[in-house]
Amino acid sequence: MILLELFLSFLQIGLFSVGGGYAAIPLIQYQTVDLHGWLTEAQFMDLAAIAEMTPGPIAVNGATFVGLKVAGIPGALAATFGNIFPSLIIVSLLAWIYRKYRDLPVLKSVLAALRPAVVALIFAAGLNMLLQVAFGSKTDLSPDRFAWAPALLAVAAFLVLRRFRWNPIAVMAACGALGLLLGLAGVPGL
Amino acid sequence: MMETRAQKCWKLFFSMLYISAFTFGGGFVIVTFMKRRFVEELRWISDQEMLDMTALAQSSPGPIAVNAAIQVGWKVAGFAGMLAAVLGTVLPPLVLLSLLSLGYQLFAENRVVSLVLRGMSCGVAAVILDVAVSLGLGVLKQKQWIHALIMAAAFVAAFFLKVNVLWIILSAALIGVLLSLRSRKGEKAP
Repeated sequence: MILLELFLSFLQIGLFSVGGGYAAIPLIQYQTVDLHGWLTEAQFMDLAAIAEMTPGPIAVNGATFVGLKVAGIPGALAATFGNIFPSLIIVSLLAWIYRKYRDLPVLKSVLAALRPAVVALIFAAGLNMLLQVAFGSKTDLSPDRFAWAPALLAVAAFLVLRRFRWNPIAVMAACGALGLLLGLAGVPGL
Repeated sequence: MMETRAQKCWKLFFSMLYISAFTFGGGFVIVTFMKRRFVEELRWISDQEMLDMTALAQSSPGPIAVNAAIQVGWKVAGFAGMLAAVLGTVLPPLVLLSLLSLGYQLFAENRVVSLVLRGMSCGVAAVILDVAVSLGLGVLKQKQWIHALIMAAAFVAAFFLKVNVLWIILSAALIGVLLSLRSRKGEKAP
């Protein structure tokens, strides 16, 4: 039964993708292109681009995309539910353990050491994103790729957030509007 | 004024709906928006708890945003809160992708869409960096040199050496265990 197959395929994707969307993409490719033939290679490339361009978790976007294609709305629901099912069980269990035992000295010390590491990871993710908008790539940082407009836009948004504590979604919407205006005016890099 | 559980569930649902509908680029992006909403605006959880939840979400299987929503939901309003938060997280991608799949080629190649998305990714970089700076200053303010050291080392490992996130989290956890052993020995000494 196709709905059950979708559910089980995305359950495996959810279960084995530790670390979020970028870990899920190759698993989605294996399950949907290589194993089941639900998508062609080209359709998969579309999926990867769209999952990243649209809001929401990348894996959930992928599940919806594949589910719709294979079995319509019920397929989208089955795949999405399969994708988040392992999280519902495992993370709920971990959350319970966290609340019950977080005052144990060992766990307290572990959590205290984890927090600065997580801060560093968030900072690194933000810097990578900044490089991506300024150079159009996270790895190729040759000076001739540098574009002033998106870099300045990001720095201005950062200053507005720090200084005036604007709502982040308002800042993003303003950046989107400015990106459109500058791009249509022909400013390079947008 | 105390809020009832039902009111909290609605607020959770709509907060996650709003965050999930407007944030591009997966895990860390959504977590930073959740921090602004649940820690700074609603004051339902502390800075530290949000970091603990992020570490757990990052190192558990499944989409990071869903994992974080599960934990915030349980913490704020129990099982019903968990369901409300998860539903709010997955609903926007389900609906949006369903609409987009009708004409996704048009969407992916549209110049206006790509300009707005380029502009918005500048804003996303700024939001992530803003949250990371706030959290980083918080870590430095505690004046625990070992935590500042973990933060610096994790940053170098993630940003320059491109070490897998999971290894960074495991190493920090191990340091936490070692620190707790050392402090216990210290207590036993006369």
